[in-house]
Amino acid sequence: MSLMRTSSPHLSAANPVQHVMQQVLLALIPGLIALIHFFGPGVIFNLLAACGFAVLCEALVLRLRGYDLRFFLSDYSALVTGALLAVSIPPYSPWWLIFIGAFFSIVVAKHLFGGLGQNPFNPAMVGYVVLLISFPVYMTHWTAPSDLANTPGLLQSFASLWSNEYYDGTTMATPLDLMKQNEGQMLTFLYANNPQFGSYAGLGWEWVNLGFLAGGLWMLHKKLFTWHGPVGMLAALGILSALFYDDGSSASGGSPLFHWLSGATMLGAFFIITDPASGATSNLGRLLFGAMVGVLVYCIRVWGNYPDAVAFAVLLLNFCAPFIDYYTIPKPYGTEDSQS
Amino acid sequence: MTMAEFFLNDLTQTVLVFLTLGGLFGLLLGYASIRFKVEGDPIVEQINALLPQTQCGQCSHPGCRPYAEAIASGEAINKCPPGGEDTIHRLADLLGMEPQPLDGEHGIEKPKTVAFIREAECIGCTKCIQACPVDAILGAAKLMHTVIAQECTGCDLCVEPCPVDCIDMIEVTTNIKTWGWEAPENDDIIATDRMSDKAA
Amino acid sequence: MNTAKHTFHGGIRPLEHKEDSNTTPIEIAPIPPMLVLPLQQHSGPTAKPCVTEGEYVYKGQMIANAADASGASIHASSSGYVVAIEARLVAHPSGMADTCIVIETDGLDAAIETSGHPNWRNLNRVELLDILHRSGIVGLGGAGFPTARKLNTDSIDTLIINGTECEPYITADDLCMRERAADIIRGCEILKYIVGANSVIVGIEDNKPEAIESMGKAMPSSPDWKLVTFPTKYPSGGEKQLIEILTGRQVPRGGLPANIGIVCQNVGTAFAVKEALEDGKPLISRITTFTGQALSRRGNLEVRLGTPVSYLLDYMGYTEQKVPRLIMGGPMMGFALPDATVPIVKTTNCILAPDTNELPLPKPAQPCIRCGFCAEACPASLLPQQLFWHSKSSNFDQLDKHALDDCIECGVCSYVCPSSIPLVQYFRASKHEMRMRRNEQQQADKARERFEARQQRLEREALEREATRAARKAAAKAKAAESSRFADEADPVQAAIERAKAKKARLMQQSQQGAQMNAESALDSLKTKLAAQQSTLQQAEADEKSEKITTALQASIRRLEQQIAESETKPPSKDVEE
Ligand code: SF4
Ligand code: SF4
Ligand code: SF4
Repeated sequence: MSLMRTSSPHLSAANPVQHVMQQVLLALIPGLIALIHFFGPGVIFNLLAACGFAVLCEALVLRLRGYDLRFFLSDYSALVTGALLAVSIPPYSPWWLIFIGAFFSIVVAKHLFGGLGQNPFNPAMVGYVVLLISFPVYMTHWTAPSDLANTPGLLQSFASLWSNEYYDGTTMATPLDLMKQNEGQMLTFLYANNPQFGSYAGLGWEWVNLGFLAGGLWMLHKKLFTWHGPVGMLAALGILSALFYDDGSSASGGSPLFHWLSGATMLGAFFIITDPASGATSNLGRLLFGAMVGVLVYCIRVWGNYPDAVAFAVLLLNFCAPFIDYYTIPKPYGTEDSQS
Repeated sequence: MTMAEFFLNDLTQTVLVFLTLGGLFGLLLGYASIRFKVEGDPIVEQINALLPQTQCGQCSHPGCRPYAEAIASGEAINKCPPGGEDTIHRLADLLGMEPQPLDGEHGIEKPKTVAFIREAECIGCTKCIQACPVDAILGAAKLMHTVIAQECTGCDLCVEPCPVDCIDMIEVTTNIKTWGWEAPENDDIIATDRMSDKAA
Repeated sequence: MNTAKHTFHGGIRPLEHKEDSNTTPIEIAPIPPMLVLPLQQHSGPTAKPCVTEGEYVYKGQMIANAADASGASIHASSSGYVVAIEARLVAHPSGMADTCIVIETDGLDAAIETSGHPNWRNLNRVELLDILHRSGIVGLGGAGFPTARKLNTDSIDTLIINGTECEPYITADDLCMRERAADIIRGCEILKYIVGANSVIVGIEDNKPEAIESMGKAMPSSPDWKLVTFPTKYPSGGEKQLIEILTGRQVPRGGLPANIGIVCQNVGTAFAVKEALEDGKPLISRITTFTGQALSRRGNLEVRLGTPVSYLLDYMGYTEQKVPRLIMGGPMMGFALPDATVPIVKTTNCILAPDTNELPLPKPAQPCIRCGFCAEACPASLLPQQLFWHSKSSNFDQLDKHALDDCIECGVCSYVCPSSIPLVQYFRASKHEMRMRRNEQQQADKARERFEARQQRLEREALEREATRAARKAAAKAKAAESSRFADEADPVQAAIERAKAKKARLMQQSQQGAQMNAESALDSLKTKLAAQQSTLQQAEADEKSEKITTALQASIRRLEQQIAESETKPPSKDVEE
C-alpha cells in the first residue's frame, strides 16, 4: 500500500484566515450601527462602495499577478481593508473619492509591497491619508449628528454618491475641530456653547467610539490580538491628556475621556494598530508601538495642524516597526529573564 | 567691493561656513578612522574563509589560498567550481560586487565526491600521496594506500597520477544519518496549483 | 498529591482522543512470523551485529552490540533463526532503508537463561549502569536517548518522572501507569539510587485520573516523593516544559537538565529499568498505542520490538483508506510512515491510523498574515513568523539571532497558523541546512589547516634537500681540491700511461705462468687416471672378469698413454694460444 507522507504536525486548529477576517468584520458592527444611527445612511453607501471597490482592485491585481482568484479572494482581507477605509472617510462622499481611497489602499499600499501580510503600512490608513492630503475639503466636512440636524434619507444618500460636490447640507465642525480652534475659552464654556460636544466627547462620537471599543474587546476575547497595542495606545493618550488637562482651563488639551471617546481613537486602538503586518511583532514591541501612537496622536491633536491624527501617527509608527522589532526580540526559553 | 563687504556677503559666508565645517568634520573623521581602527581580518583571510578549501586547483591556482590572494588583487570571483554559485554569491557579498555565473572554463559544479582506492590493485607507488593537497592518503612505498574519507576534499588530483588507475571518485550520497527535511516548495505556486487541480 | 504552581509560555489544547484507546487493558501482541530489528533504534552510534545469518537465537539474546558507551545494544525479541542482515525500510521520516537483523521466529519463544538482581542495592552505580547499558534501555518517551548515558551524571538533586503524555491519541504511558504502577515505582527507586537524587517528582497531566490514583497508591509515603498534577496542555510533556511546570525553573539555553540538578525519565523507561535489573529482562518489548478510525479495535498492545506494523494493523482490524496515511507517534510530533512493513522500534509509542476525516490532509498554505498566533503559542517563546520569513529567504544570521536552535519542533505554531503554513517543516529544513553548513565549514577549516601544514612541510623538505645538496657539493669540492694537490708533483698523463704499461706487463706475466701451470696439471691428472685404470685392469684380471671388460680397460689405458705422450712433446705456450 502506498502511504501518504506529510510533515508533522498532522493536526490543525480551525481558525483559518477567512475566519479571522470575518471576525474583524463582525467586530465592526457595533461601531457601524452607532455611525449609521448618528450620521445617517451615507455610512452604508460608503461601506458598500468602499468594499466593492476594494474587492474589485484586489481581483484585478491578483489577476495581473497571476494568482488564483478564488483562493486568494476568499481570504476576506480586501473586505476588511475596504470596511476600515469606509468608516474613516466622511459619509456622503462621492464615489470617485472612495474609489481613489480603495485603489491606493489595495493596489499601492498592499500589493505593490508584496500583498497580504507584507505591507509595511496600514493599507486603509494609506488610502485615508492620500485622500486627506489630496482632497482636504471633502475629507474635513463631517455631517452633523442626527440629533442636531436632519440626516439625509436613503435616496438622497445614494444620490450623493454620484454628486461631485461634497455634502455640505448639514456639515458641522467636529468636537476635535472645535477643540483645536478653541481660542481662550474655558472647557466648560466651550462645551456649553457647542452642542456637538454632547456629554463627554462629542455627540454621537462617544457612542461610535464605545461601539468600536465593544467590538475590540470582543476580538480581544477571541484572542485575535493581544492587549499590548491597544492598552499601550490608550494608556499613553490618557496619561498625556491627564497631564495637560490643566483643570479645563482655556489652554487645556481636553480630558482623557474626551480623547478616548472622540475621533478615531477606538477604531485606531482596536482595528488599526492591531493590523499585524504593519505593526510590531513581539508583545513588548506592540506595547511600545501602541504607546508611541498614543503619544503622537495626542501631540498632533493638540499641537499639530490636523484635528485628528490616528492615521498619521500610525503611518509614522509603521516606519519604526522594523526598528522596534530589531530591539524587542523576545528572550527564548532558557534565558535568565524569561522565567515564568 | 571692500574686504568687509566680501565677508559679509551671505552667499560667501554660507559657503565658507560649510567649507570650514566640512574640513573640521573631515579631520575628525580622518582622526577617528586612525584612532579607532577596527582590526578586521585582512581581506585575503576573509576571502579564503569563503572558498571551499577543496584545494583542487581548478581555478588554475595551486590551492584556495593562492586564489584568494589573486581575488584580493582583482581576479574574477567565478573560477571556483567546487564552491559553485553559493561561493560566488558569498564572495560577491563580501566584496560588494555583482555575482557572475560560474566560469565554465574552469569546470562545472559537481556533487561532492571522495576518493576511494581499490586497495587490491594498489601497487604502493606513493604517487597519489604526493599529489594529495591535504595529506588525506595514508601509505608507504610498496605498501597498500588508503584514503581517509573524512579528510578527502574530493579534489580529483590523485586520480591522474595513479599508474594503475585504481582510484575512484565516489559521489557522496545522503544516507539515513545525513538526511534532512527539505523546505516545502514555494507555497504561493503550490497553493494555486492545488486549487486549480481541485477545480479541474 | 499536589497541583503544579507554574506553567510555561504558550501551548495549546487540541482534542485529546484519549478515550479512543484507553478503555481496554494492555494486551500482549502475538509473535509475528518475522521480526525485523534495525541496528539504529536510538540516538547515538549504530549497534554492531554479533550474530551471523543462519544462527539460531533465543529470546533476550543480544544480537547487536552497542558501539560504545553512548550507544545501545539490541536483543532478539523472540527465538528463531537469523535469516538476513540487510538493509530494510525502517521507521524514519526519510523513508530510507537501514541495516536490520531479520529473524524468522519458530514460535517457541525460547528465552535465554538470565538472572535478575532483586538485591540491586548491593551493586554500585557503575555496575548498575553497566547492566542498563547491556540491556539496551533507551528513553521510551521520545528520541531514544540511551538511558545509561543520561543517568551517568553527577550532582543530581531531583529525579523527575514524566507521566505527562501530552500528545493527543497516545495512551501507552497512561495504561502502563494504571496497570503497572508498582513496577514503575520500583524502577523509579532504582533510578533514584543510581543518580543519587534526594527527591522524586512524578508529573502527570490531570486528564488521567486513574493513572494518578494508582501511581499515588504505589508511591512510598515519604516527603522525598511527590506526585504533582497539572492542567492538560500541549506540550507539557516536553522535557524542558515539564521541568518548568514542576519546578518553576528553566533549563539554561544550550544546557541540559543536569545543569540545574535535574534528570528526567519517562514512566515507560522506569518500567523497563525495573525489568532489566530485577528480572534480568533486556528491552525487547514495549507498550504501543494503536488508535485511529481506520482500526476496528483500538487499544494498547505490548509488542515485541521488530514486529512489522502491517502485522499489528491486521491484528487490530485495519480497513484500507482512500488516501492511506500511517503516523508513528502522535499527530503533533509523529511522522508519516513510508510503508506499513516497517517494524516497531524502541521509540514507537503509538501507531495512528486515521481516516481522512479525522486528520484532514494539509490545506494549501496562504500568505502569512503576521497575526502572531504562532508567537503567542510557541512554548519556546520564539517568533515563528520571523523564523518563517528568514527561513524562506535562507537568512541564516537572522535565524541564529531569532534562536532557531531553541525550537523544539513541537508543531504548535503550525497547529495555530490560520494560513496553514507548514512552519515546522521550514524550520526543520533550515536547521538541517544550517547544520550542513556548519559541517562544511568545519571540513573546510580542517582542509585549510591540512593544506597549510602540508605546504609548510613541503617548504621545509625543499629547504632540507637544498641543504643536503649544498653539503654534498661542498664535500665533493673539498675532495677534488685534495686530489689535485697530489697531481701537482708529476705530469698526470705521463704517470697514467706508465701505470697502464706496468699493468699490461703484469697481466702478461701472470697469464704465461697460468698457462704453464694449466698444462702441467692436465698432464698430472692424465697420469693419475692412467694409474687408476692400470690398477683396475690388474684387479679385473685377478678377479677373472669377462673379456669384454678387460679389453675396454686396455683400450682406455692405451688412449691415456698416447695422450700423455702427446702433451709431453707439445710446447706449453702453444697450448695457451690455442
Ligand atoms: S585523496 Fe585524492 S581526491 Fe581526496 S583530497 Fe587527496 S588528492 Fe584530492
Ligand atoms: S500563525 Fe501563521 S499567519 Fe500567523 S503570524 Fe504565525 S506564521 Fe504568520
Ligand atoms: S515548532 Fe518551534 S517555533 Fe513552532 S511552536 Fe514549537 S518550538 Fe515554537
